[in-house]
Amino acid sequence: MIRPFGLNDVILIAEAIRWTLALSVIAFAGGAIGGLLIALARTSDAKWLRTLATLFIRLFQGTPLLMQLFLVFFGMNIFGLPINPWIAASLALTLHASAFLGEIWRGCIEAVPSGQREAATALGLSYYHRMTSVILPQAARIAVAPTVGFLVQLIKGTSLASIIGFTELTRTGQIVNNATFSPFQVFGTVAAFYFILCWPLSLMARRMETRFSRATTR
Amino acid sequence: MYHFNFAPVFAAMDQLLLGAWVTVKLSAAAMVIGLIVSIVCAVAKTAGPRPLRFLVDAYIEVIRNTPFLVQIFFLYFGLPTIGLRLDPNSAALLALVVNFGAYGTEIIRAGIESIHKGQLEAGTALGLSRLQIFRYVVMKPALRTVYPALTSQFIYLMLTSSVVSVISATDLAAAGNDLQSQTFASFEVYLVVTAIYLALAVGFSAVFAAIERAAFTYPMSR
Repeated sequence: MIRPFGLNDVILIAEAIRWTLALSVIAFAGGAIGGLLIALARTSDAKWLRTLATLFIRLFQGTPLLMQLFLVFFGMNIFGLPINPWIAASLALTLHASAFLGEIWRGCIEAVPSGQREAATALGLSYYHRMTSVILPQAARIAVAPTVGFLVQLIKGTSLASIIGFTELTRTGQIVNNATFSPFQVFGTVAAFYFILCWPLSLMARRMETRFSRATTR
Repeated sequence: MYHFNFAPVFAAMDQLLLGAWVTVKLSAAAMVIGLIVSIVCAVAKTAGPRPLRFLVDAYIEVIRNTPFLVQIFFLYFGLPTIGLRLDPNSAALLALVVNFGAYGTEIIRAGIESIHKGQLEAGTALGLSRLQIFRYVVMKPALRTVYPALTSQFIYLMLTSSVVSVISATDLAAAGNDLQSQTFASFEVYLVVTAIYLALAVGFSAVFAAIERAAFTYPMSR
């Protein structure tokens, strides 16, 4: 039975935003922890740590997110875990975000002038204090704009979780489209909701970027 | 303990390589057409009349703030309802071009804006035609400046193209899906497919480096 596309469908789609948001928040929180570890490993003095982190980043930046999702989804079965779209999508997106945030934050850590690091070392600060009190607070300021930019990419990336059966915004759109067969209205509505989520973040990232470059260039 | 079974995957390697070839062709075509779209839109955005600039801006913002998956559903399922029936591979190419165009436009625009106005005046003073100025004074140095950003966006396009498998295009990811449903060795299939994508990314990078050496060899002043 094909029914017309109506207000109820818009509401149904709108309600699915929370799953997209939940997945984005989980992936971002997990990715922030993973990304920090990757960024620290990537800038560490130990060569094997740097190599390992570089390998991790290259692997995730050189392969499609869709394949990463499939590998985690089907890989969980291998480790004897039940196949669960929630866990698979969260884990895959967390790993994905860790690699990308790791690479972004590595650049930010390296952008802190080396004199800061030398001065902190000369003052006898331990690695932990040098990082938490001197380097990272300065790197964080540089990191805000590109991090928000990546958040947009991550929110859009959660749409791929629909392919492994995670019912979020895009998957709900597909379900509604199967019932109403009004693809322009349905996917137009879905796209509009993504736009409402992402556009303010994009604008914010851009504004912070110009403000920052104005503050740092003379 | 799980028993890995790669034998059926390697036995069907020709199927995967055929899919990989479609991915290469699809990506390469999308890169070339997408680059043309980007250049046209970037010129429209920097030199076009106000309404046109607004249109290009709207196009860029809409595409960059919505997922590729939704864009491809919109086009592939939507176009037939207005009488435009595309086969999956053509719809995939269209969606990739539309998607890349938005990112490419911003990259090319940044390149065009990096050209100093004095360069254009120097070109005019040398008696170059408008087309010559556009080609040699604006586009070539602009492309050289943004070449690294452009090529990483190209690689990203190639990786994104895996998403077209959802509309039953015949690319590498779709070949993986087919093989997966034939062999049930899901993890093994996607591991090999992912490795092929990685190899393609490395391969494309090498080609881009070769193009850079061949195309942008004249001396840099800066």
